[in-house]
Amino acid sequence: MKQPNLILRLIATVLYLFLYAPLAVVIVYSFNTARFGAGWHGFTTQWYATLWANDQALAATKNTLIVGVASTVIATLVGTLLGYGLNRFQFPGQRWFQWFLYVPVFLPDIVLAVALLLFYTLAQKCFGGLERGLLTLILAHVTFQIPFVAIVVRSRLVGLDPALEEAAGDLGANAWQTFRWVTLPLIFPGVLAGAMLAFTLSLDDFVVSFFTSGPGSTTLPILIYSSVKRGITPDINALSTLIVLASVTGTLLITWLQRSRKTT
Amino acid sequence: MNDNTSKNASPARPGMRLRAGITSGPGVIWLTVLLLLPLGALAVISFLSRGDYGETQLPFTGENYQRLLGFGLLGFDPLYPVILLRSLLLGAGTAAACLACGLPLAFFIAGLAPRYKTTALTLVVIPFWTNLLIRTYAWQILLAPESWVTRAVHALGIGTAGDALYPSTTAVAIGMICDYLPFLVLPLYASVEKIDWSLAEAAMDLGADGLRVFRHALLPQIMPGISAGIILVFLPATGQFIIPDLLGGAKTVMLGNAIEQQFLQSRDWPFGSAVALVALALVLTGIWIYAWKNRGQGQPDLL
Repeated sequence: MKQPNLILRLIATVLYLFLYAPLAVVIVYSFNTARFGAGWHGFTTQWYATLWANDQALAATKNTLIVGVASTVIATLVGTLLGYGLNRFQFPGQRWFQWFLYVPVFLPDIVLAVALLLFYTLAQKCFGGLERGLLTLILAHVTFQIPFVAIVVRSRLVGLDPALEEAAGDLGANAWQTFRWVTLPLIFPGVLAGAMLAFTLSLDDFVVSFFTSGPGSTTLPILIYSSVKRGITPDINALSTLIVLASVTGTLLITWLQRSRKTT
Repeated sequence: MNDNTSKNASPARPGMRLRAGITSGPGVIWLTVLLLLPLGALAVISFLSRGDYGETQLPFTGENYQRLLGFGLLGFDPLYPVILLRSLLLGAGTAAACLACGLPLAFFIAGLAPRYKTTALTLVVIPFWTNLLIRTYAWQILLAPESWVTRAVHALGIGTAGDALYPSTTAVAIGMICDYLPFLVLPLYASVEKIDWSLAEAAMDLGADGLRVFRHALLPQIMPGISAGIILVFLPATGQFIIPDLLGGAKTVMLGNAIEQQFLQSRDWPFGSAVALVALALVLTGIWIYAWKNRGQGQPDLL
């Protein structure tokens, strides 16, 4: 293909600026002296100190990480098995289930959120227990993570050469050994990609968490949302800046990992 | 059914049922209990009614759906049909605008030298992985009365100086396009990257002009990317909650906001469930159309 022409370059530049304007403004305003409003009053790092002393923010960070790690571990395990099972074994209703798997991918968050809120309320009425808190939050996150992990792992399995597994079988490996030493290493990049996706989905989620968390299980997105509703303050910008920087670092790390795998 | 599945699985072999149970079992059970059952409960509740104290009560009734169509107890009220239409328009508009922006961007990235390509692509991936809530509330700062964006817009003679540009439908649209653009560019780019350019050259040799080359030689090749991208933007965008909530006002209530209001503020869960079920029906229809269009090709990769 030819080099992109001038018009294409110009459009692309404008679009990149458009994509990055919100991220840039949050970062810049986290260093703004002004406590209120969008006017620029001078440079300061005091909001990061305020943030560090903010117990609510620290508790929310802790909750976010607990939910993120726990749900990602469960969803990666269950989702990988599901992706493998759907690709290799048949069961009644599998055709329907394969399509049902796409429902959470496209379903607006709010629908899943109210469905789970309703479900938890009903379960609580019928069986007691299941107070809304970290546990209900983890269960909810795993629910939207499983399909993503399963779909990513399955697409990796579709591209696999069946001869490799047959060879293992010919050499006397049983089904478990073949899975553990041949299939799993081959699909591992897919498993890793699925886990990263699941973790990010958990960290990003606001809507489902908002409806399924309790008073003691506030996560970072919930904290940011309620602060924004009261009026944006510089320490929220500082918190958001740290989250954005974490996302950027994570993305660069994945890109770098993928590139180094390609070259070796 | 997937080609690969039928090749590898022979259900008659002993132990296959057990293996299917061990591998798919936990996932199937989890999604049945925590997804299928709650959605089913939502469907059942949507046919009940709200009691005086916000409790749900019998008998079964179709009243919620009548109200959704505008035929409430107090005569015709177009509030909810309008919300539904507005959400569909916003979803479709977002998908169309993202496509219009995504096409040049995808072709731009695909045309770069390999060493710049990764960088350009990573620059699209970063916002994709960054918190949507943060990227949305940032527009409140950008569109605030004293920001340079707002002042620039006012200097062009649009709007009244000193006013914020949000809440407004325009602000919602800007937030939507900015947040969903990466969702469309990534699948589209994957298609553009695979284009067989010799077809375009052949078309040019045969005397086709630029538009015709695009329409007949390029567009059919990138159609899978376009349809995957559109479905990935349109369905979630139609039920978006955060963006209209933070950037829109009372005049821009969307499907997602209506659901939240019924569940948290009005505490009319049956009616809220009916609204949510409309969004669910849209998603099922979208997936069904996609499945029908791609029938015979096994499972598509929408991700």
